[in-house]
Amino acid sequence: MVELKQEPQKLTAFLSGELDHHHAKEIRETIDFAVREQYPPVVVLDFRQVSFMDSSGIGLIMGRSRLMEEYGGTLEIHNPPPHIRKVLRISGADRLAVIRNSVKKERPKPAPKKPEIPLLDDTPETEQTEKGTEPEHEYAQ
Amino acid sequence: MNTLNELKCTFPARSENESFARTMVCAFASQLDPTVEDLADLRTAVSEAVTNSIVHAYRGREPGLIAVTVRLLPEGVIYIRIADKGCGIADIAQAMTPLYSSAPAEERAGLGFTVMQSFTDKLTVTSRFGHGTTVTMRKKMQHGTEQATGSRG
Repeated sequence: MVELKQEPQKLTAFLSGELDHHHAKEIRETIDFAVREQYPPVVVLDFRQVSFMDSSGIGLIMGRSRLMEEYGGTLEIHNPPPHIRKVLRISGADRLAVIRNSVKKERPKPAPKKPEIPLLDDTPETEQTEKGTEPEHEYAQ
Repeated sequence: MNTLNELKCTFPARSENESFARTMVCAFASQLDPTVEDLADLRTAVSEAVTNSIVHAYRGREPGLIAVTVRLLPEGVIYIRIADKGCGIADIAQAMTPLYSSAPAEERAGLGFTVMQSFTDKLTVTSRFGHGTTVTMRKKMQHGTEQATGSRG
């Protein structure tokens, strides 16, 4: 499965499920169609939701890498889970693309949780900051 | 070979069965309570072998059968045999060379055997040109939970 996000300078393909030979063809065709529509400078393959990948995924990366080379774009691999990292490493595919692990989660929107116990150390700092900015607000008004 | 448990399964060489085959082998291996990492390695190695048969063995004709045998051997070793009666491999050494693929147009990376070798302890490939190919793999599975079998028997 693949979901695409098109931005002016970047195409991101959010891959999900099992990336094997059976599923690779459809994913490849979907991505390539979008790439040829806009020739984005950066193409991102996001692996966060991929539960399984074998060397068919390496074939997908190698093929996209070649496609990007044709017009001078850059391929990035984002958020590969540990097992996929291992497949990338033994295949040398980590040299074909920039691999990034983002700390923030892009898809689920976390509900901002407030600590149940107020952090005492933070309280004075917050107050100080607010006090410090008060005069500026007054001037602005 | 002192076989403690065994599974045999035969299915047509269709790509829909790739997921089924690797899942079946892992379900069988789960009785060893292996680590997540070992199970993931096994899943990937099986996927590579089965995919090879599906992609190459019956090229240009009606898909034949793939026979999978999984055995549980002493000391937590899993033995897997994946056999087809397809076209066979004329040059096994060449086929096992990293990045070599006889189907580059289909974006096969040519890394199937490399992955099988890396993710298992022992790999053998036997083939008769025109008659089929058999891949066997062995992997010792580490326990996911500590000393689960310590006092049995």
